[in-house]
Amino acid sequence: MQKKKAGIFSFTCCEGCTVVFMELMNKHFFDYKNRFDFVSFRQLKTSEKMQKMDFAVIEGAISTASEKRKLLEIRNSAKKIIAIGSCAVTGMPSSQRNNFKPELKKRIEKQIKQLHQLKTIEPLKKYVKVDLELNGCPVSASQLEKIMEEL
Amino acid sequence: MHKGSFNISLKNISKIEGHTHLDIAVKKGEAVSAKLKINENKRFYRDASIGMPYKAVPAHLARICGTCSPAHMSCVCEAVERAAGIQITEQSKALRELLLLGNVIRDHGMHLYFFCLPDIFGVDSVLDFDKNKDSLIHNALHVKEAGNLLCSAVGGRAVHPPFANVGGFNALPAKENVQKAIAELKEARDFALNFIELFFEKDTSFKRNTNFVALCGKDFSYIDGVIKTSSGSVIEEEGYREHLERVVMPYSNASAFEFEFKEFMVGALARVNLNKGELCKDTKKDCAKYLKAFPSNDIFYNNLAQAISVVNAIDMSVNLLSSMEFKQEKLPEAKLGKANVGVGVIEAPRGTLYHMIGLDAKGIVNRSEIIIPTSQNVIHMEQTMVGFVNEMLNKSISKEKISMNAERLIRAYDPCMSCASHFLKINWKELK
Repeated sequence: MQKKKAGIFSFTCCEGCTVVFMELMNKHFFDYKNRFDFVSFRQLKTSEKMQKMDFAVIEGAISTASEKRKLLEIRNSAKKIIAIGSCAVTGMPSSQRNNFKPELKKRIEKQIKQLHQLKTIEPLKKYVKVDLELNGCPVSASQLEKIMEEL
Repeated sequence: MHKGSFNISLKNISKIEGHTHLDIAVKKGEAVSAKLKINENKRFYRDASIGMPYKAVPAHLARICGTCSPAHMSCVCEAVERAAGIQITEQSKALRELLLLGNVIRDHGMHLYFFCLPDIFGVDSVLDFDKNKDSLIHNALHVKEAGNLLCSAVGGRAVHPPFANVGGFNALPAKENVQKAIAELKEARDFALNFIELFFEKDTSFKRNTNFVALCGKDFSYIDGVIKTSSGSVIEEEGYREHLERVVMPYSNASAFEFEFKEFMVGALARVNLNKGELCKDTKKDCAKYLKAFPSNDIFYNNLAQAISVVNAIDMSVNLLSSMEFKQEKLPEAKLGKANVGVGVIEAPRGTLYHMIGLDAKGIVNRSEIIIPTSQNVIHMEQTMVGFVNEMLNKSISKEKISMNAERLIRAYDPCMSCASHFLKINWKELK
């Protein structure tokens, strides 16, 4: 059986959802290794050029133009996008600065420019079609486990 | 020896809540500077914490980092408690210690087994090992899972633990989860012990006179103690701010720090160097051969110190879990009414973590300062890198090998979970 090509990606967030995924691997390492070919998984391997994927699992919100570009690239390469965790699904809590009071917004304006961040931090679906969303902060380990089973 | 001038540029080394590049400048055959550029995707957590009720702020600030969330959680709780006049019970203290021990096991486990093992065996990724390494991987996963189970039993979940709270724990670990954790930890101990040899018999070393700093407590506590340095200072937790100096790094988005106006290093190596007498009896006995190496100035022995710390954390947690009878108890109330400031100081897996929280008379946060381990190590990392590259240049080691070893040195500091694994490409650029 041919392995499914998989990518694990992380944008602006605390990386807790990837930690949940890596803790799932304590039990499923060999199973996942047999079933999936991880073409992108920057916590575990040197990144290569973007490849065609059967599915991409993405955590984090989009805060910069380069993240947005990369997200579009993933969309063009992956048959299925699975957003995990509340940053990817809703933007929050990474996007909390969108809702800062005007006074605080003004105070951080310069930093946002220096950091080349976009005006607002947004969830994935703002920019691309997302096929499946698993909300939660962090994503529920058992839900993610079930989805990985079904893939 | 290479006589030329060139840059070594390690792109996208990894995330320290963002991406990191390392630029090393070599002029006329000598490394003159190493700059770590931390391009973190800032999320303004500290700014957002101002105006929050004191009870909400630990879970909020813990979301700075998923990997270290139990550490942030515990440290912010301690800061809030000190600002709000709350004294936690002995049972809550033990639970907090256990939560951190779980964090230490799974976090050091991740670093040692997932990020360093591939280096040792010359493959790119833990996913690339062939079948003859299956049992090694199996053992590694077992140790990690034991830490995960401990975190989950005590904190309710491994990442962003919901049980931990200001004043103590909302829920107590279920009896069957405690039993399961004890059994798994005991089973994992031999595996963790066997791994130590791999990090003892390393092929790369770099020694450098270093001022190590760590919170040193009785019985190797990660939450209580005094701040000690290898230069001989002993500082109470509350007094830390007079000794830590913020240094602006114009090429980086993150802060760096000096301790008593000098570069320093925090983390497992600092803890074992400064406090190895407080390790568990069984750890001392079974790790005697390796503990002779400490105190050590060899930066690569941070990995060895972590490997020993995993065994010690297993011994500590089994001892604690076996001796505790967890009872439901009333959590202490906050004494509000006047503005106050509190500090939390703990040993997170990667080193000393400081949180300062100011509360107004109603318990609303009006001040927040965070000093994370990685920002304390930045200057030391850069200076060590310059020395390390020069040593290699003198030995006429190839540029490719220098780049690879530079990456391994960064990894030895364990700057952040993903940091260790996420070098995209290495560029060599001749300087004019």
